[in-house]
Amino acid sequence: MTAAVHDRDPGLQPERTRLAWRRTTLSATVVALLAGRQALHSGVSPAALVAVALTAVAWLGLLAVAHLRVRRMGVARPEPLAPRGALAAALCTVAFAVFAVAMLF
Amino acid sequence: MNKIAQSVRLWFAPQRIRDEGDTPDYRFSLANERTFLAWIRTALALIGGGFAVDQFLPELAWGVRAGLALGLLAAGVLCALRAVNHWVRCERAMRRGEDLPVSRFPTLLGIVVAVVAVAMVVVVLFGWEGR
Repeated sequence: MTAAVHDRDPGLQPERTRLAWRRTTLSATVVALLAGRQALHSGVSPAALVAVALTAVAWLGLLAVAHLRVRRMGVARPEPLAPRGALAAALCTVAFAVFAVAMLF
Repeated sequence: MNKIAQSVRLWFAPQRIRDEGDTPDYRFSLANERTFLAWIRTALALIGGGFAVDQFLPELAWGVRAGLALGLLAAGVLCALRAVNHWVRCERAMRRGEDLPVSRFPTLLGIVVAVVAVAMVVVVLFGWEGR
């Protein structure tokens, strides 16, 4: 291995992965905004407010997972994603759907 | 069934994945991670679609609207759970030097999305106003 390879991945894999996390947080933000709109739309009730608050918690959870992962992406050879991180990201996504069902019905 | 139980155990005992085989080239792991994230975005898009059906098609009969929204939300949940499962299985296969797992999930999801799209076209063309 030459020194140049150690400095930077020629395929920019860490950058692409970092941007993939960024896109995912943006998608989650759109869903969270739709959830907020839903709560306003259907009349502000205590149940809807609780569902929106929990959705916001799930959104923050996903942002935190993404932030921790992106911070570890700054090195030339990042460690593989920890299964805990993958599970947390998926569970936040599932939480969005669950609170959506709670809001719709 | 046993295979599913094994995978689920791996979700909650993450260090076990490191016990098996050799650490693959970091680029393969990152590619697997990006595929996982793409599936998570697909799940988020389906969930967003569920919200959108409810919010932007107010003149639909309640039953049709709720059915479509619920279907999209359920598809989103399935998609997110499948994403972790598939990621774990790919990661393990790479560590053991096995072939990557094949899956009929993309076909199933494709069919579901097609059916929902056709239903939407029918609803938009013929009204289906209720209440």
